[in-house]
Amino acid sequence: MLNQTDAPVGVPQSVPALLARNAAQFGSKAAYREKEFGIWQSWTWAEVAEEIDAIAGGLLALGVNRGDHVAVIGRNRPALYWSMVAAQKVGAVPVPLYQDAVAEEMAYVLEHCFARFVICGDQEQVDKVLEVQERVPQIEHIIYQDARGLRKYDHTKLHSLASVQAEGRAARDRLAKELAAREAELDFDATCVMLYTSGTTGKPKGVVLSNRNIIMTAKASAEFDTLRPDDEVLAYLPMAWVGDFIFSIGQAYWTGFCVNCPESAETLLTDLREIGPTYYFAPPRVFETLLTSVMIRMEDAGAIKRRLFDYFLRHAKVVGPKMLDGKPVGALDRLIYQLGNLMIIGPLKNTLGMSRIRVGYTAGEAIGPEIFDFYRALGINLKQLYGQTEASVFITQQPDHEVRPDTVGVPSPGVEIRIAENGEVYYRSPGVFVEYYKNPESTASTKDAEGWVATGDAGFIEDGTGHLRIIDRAKDVGKMADGRLFAPKYVENKLKFFPNILEAVVFGNGRDMCTAFINIDLTAVGNWAERNNIAYASYQELAGHPRVLDMIQSHVEEVNQSVAVDAMLSGCQVHRFLILHKELDADDGELTRTRKVRRRIIEEKFSDLIEALYSGKPEQYTETEVTYEDGRKGRISATLAIRDAATVGLAGQTQVAAE
Amino acid sequence: MLNVISGFYNPQEGEVIYRGQKRPPMKPFQVARQGIARTFQNIALFDGMSVLDNVMTGRLNHMKASLLDQAFWWGRAQREEVANRQKAEEIIDFLQIQNIRKTPVGRLPYGLKKRVELARALVAEPSILLLDEPMAGMNVEEKEDMSRFILDVNDEFGTTIVLIEHDMGVVMDLSDRVVVMDYGRKIGDGTPDEVRTNQEVIDAYLGVAHD
Repeated sequence: MLNQTDAPVGVPQSVPALLARNAAQFGSKAAYREKEFGIWQSWTWAEVAEEIDAIAGGLLALGVNRGDHVAVIGRNRPALYWSMVAAQKVGAVPVPLYQDAVAEEMAYVLEHCFARFVICGDQEQVDKVLEVQERVPQIEHIIYQDARGLRKYDHTKLHSLASVQAEGRAARDRLAKELAAREAELDFDATCVMLYTSGTTGKPKGVVLSNRNIIMTAKASAEFDTLRPDDEVLAYLPMAWVGDFIFSIGQAYWTGFCVNCPESAETLLTDLREIGPTYYFAPPRVFETLLTSVMIRMEDAGAIKRRLFDYFLRHAKVVGPKMLDGKPVGALDRLIYQLGNLMIIGPLKNTLGMSRIRVGYTAGEAIGPEIFDFYRALGINLKQLYGQTEASVFITQQPDHEVRPDTVGVPSPGVEIRIAENGEVYYRSPGVFVEYYKNPESTASTKDAEGWVATGDAGFIEDGTGHLRIIDRAKDVGKMADGRLFAPKYVENKLKFFPNILEAVVFGNGRDMCTAFINIDLTAVGNWAERNNIAYASYQELAGHPRVLDMIQSHVEEVNQSVAVDAMLSGCQVHRFLILHKELDADDGELTRTRKVRRRIIEEKFSDLIEALYSGKPEQYTETEVTYEDGRKGRISATLAIRDAATVGLAGQTQVAAE
Repeated sequence: MLNVISGFYNPQEGEVIYRGQKRPPMKPFQVARQGIARTFQNIALFDGMSVLDNVMTGRLNHMKASLLDQAFWWGRAQREEVANRQKAEEIIDFLQIQNIRKTPVGRLPYGLKKRVELARALVAEPSILLLDEPMAGMNVEEKEDMSRFILDVNDEFGTTIVLIEHDMGVVMDLSDRVVVMDYGRKIGDGTPDEVRTNQEVIDAYLGVAHD
């Protein structure tokens, strides 16, 4: 097995070891920045090493043992990143949790990993932990960073991070020996971090990743994109997500680049503009939202500006991607592009905070070709990657000059890929996880003895280019009643490429036709309604408006036409659809925390609506339970109209071919 | 009443006792120097200035540098500006208005303007804070936010808060002591529970049957 090969020579064996190297090598270079009190505060690598030492000392004084799990909950802040490394330093395992998880979900994870220590960002997180304390009596100490509102709490088990650090500093001499001993014990196969997968099905699983997984992956991917110590990233994605761990800890500690933390979620776009990251990751949804907001604002702009924008953008869409891919471009085209860059594209990029991006990635979901092309046209080197928590992110990624919207790239360095007979993608790499914590059955069913891991996605390697293309989740790919192939994600993605459609869920496995639930995008449809003088009082009312239904119907029909072209998947045309009266939400369990659709749960919850779609009724009354942000529950009811969409008549031919 | 405390009006009868001493008639700016800050019922902010600049005006009484220093941005003036900006930023952080720091106040919605006013009053580091109908015209969510901030101010900074409010739910939930006025006359004084059962208060606020 790959995991048992010896550690490569000359590579630091743990994250704390990398920290020591960085403090020695780039001691006076900025390692972290955070905007606080309106100013970017920064810490050099040497300062960070001292801060982490202090936290580690404090944790030691509080009695953290080797192998303990230390839960970390909060928004991206340097001190919480330091806490994770400090936990590693004392031989414990950091377990970052999703900060927007409700108390119930948090209780499950805290119980499962038996965390004795919890480090929280602020009062909100402390409250959630205290709320579920009875279920997790093993929690001995809760540490918080932001003291606001916590002054009157009982402080027998509660400590501020500053006081923990002060204790660590005061006891430095006493603890130095023990600390050094624990750090020296860390080797390449010691656990680096445990991350809970959001889980599209069932309870979350704790993925154990070793130092080898994280460091080897960080090394390979940093070399792939030639990341440099002077790169800048903005850390704004959930700390519990493997990607953030790789970007903001793995790659940051490997290459020594600077991690910038925004002031708050609301100031994110301003902070992005001020920092101007050179290495940037965002899920497709962020790029979509940005594009939508740019387009909406352009529609409100004056006629001259709009015409300039249209002209240069159209030109850039042809020339920009070619220039990025290093293909030959005529001198005149180059000149026009430069002019556009000066007048429209450059300022636009600057407004988006993307002027300095050298390498940009998107992953997690398919990205619409138009969206992808838009950013490429602006000259932003946006690429796709394909990854999983179990792989320490990287499975495939797109090399520079080989970027296309419909593939996810070639295998990352060190990764082997195999396609099984049923189309499922398997991989093997130094980044492959050690095990699921306390769950040997799942470990065995996911990872075989030779280290091959099933991705659960169906896909194929494209002839000629060697790029991987993903069709759908392997278990979602099914057969329709007449035996034609059913790949819901394929159709859903096509639907979601329309700005007006936020989310779509397609049904049809084992049925004679496909149907769909649609979620409208409130920003885009709301703006459209405003311009067309359509009044509405609520999301529900807008979603049920006949003209909105008309518009969505035209989108669905357009998708049907494009689906019909592909002979293999032409059976997936949507015959009937409805617009849901509520937005699908992670708090209601309909989406995962990373916003992936949980098909089974939606099928159960809205079974009456699915029934209505297939029984041919023109409308259906329904009641749904909703969960508010504070955990309270309520009910909403609505009568939803169901529409028939025109389909393209290739279906008959395929049926004959299938028989 | 608030105008009397803050020195806009002089009382026709009675006197103001502050920190155990009878207070001579004062101008509003003198009152402000004694550590009393206020907000206004109808917002009184500088619309054309950013939130940050508006908040900074609340530090006026903490600026001691001479005109000359100020003019040349030198020595004491510079040090003071840095200290004042830090205080302003702490309050901005406290009231969670970081995202509108640079936005001109005129472009903000009503609820946020109220919060900016509170910020400007707080930044003066008052020992007494006078709030004139802080919840007027707000929706339920804005009221809840504002209530939270008022309690937090009292808790974190130990500031005494005097507030005038007509929303009985807010008054009863927030206050330690309630004084009820009817046409300038005090008719009730005590804890929320005492006031709630006071017959005169009930008559004045719910009305007496005229028959």
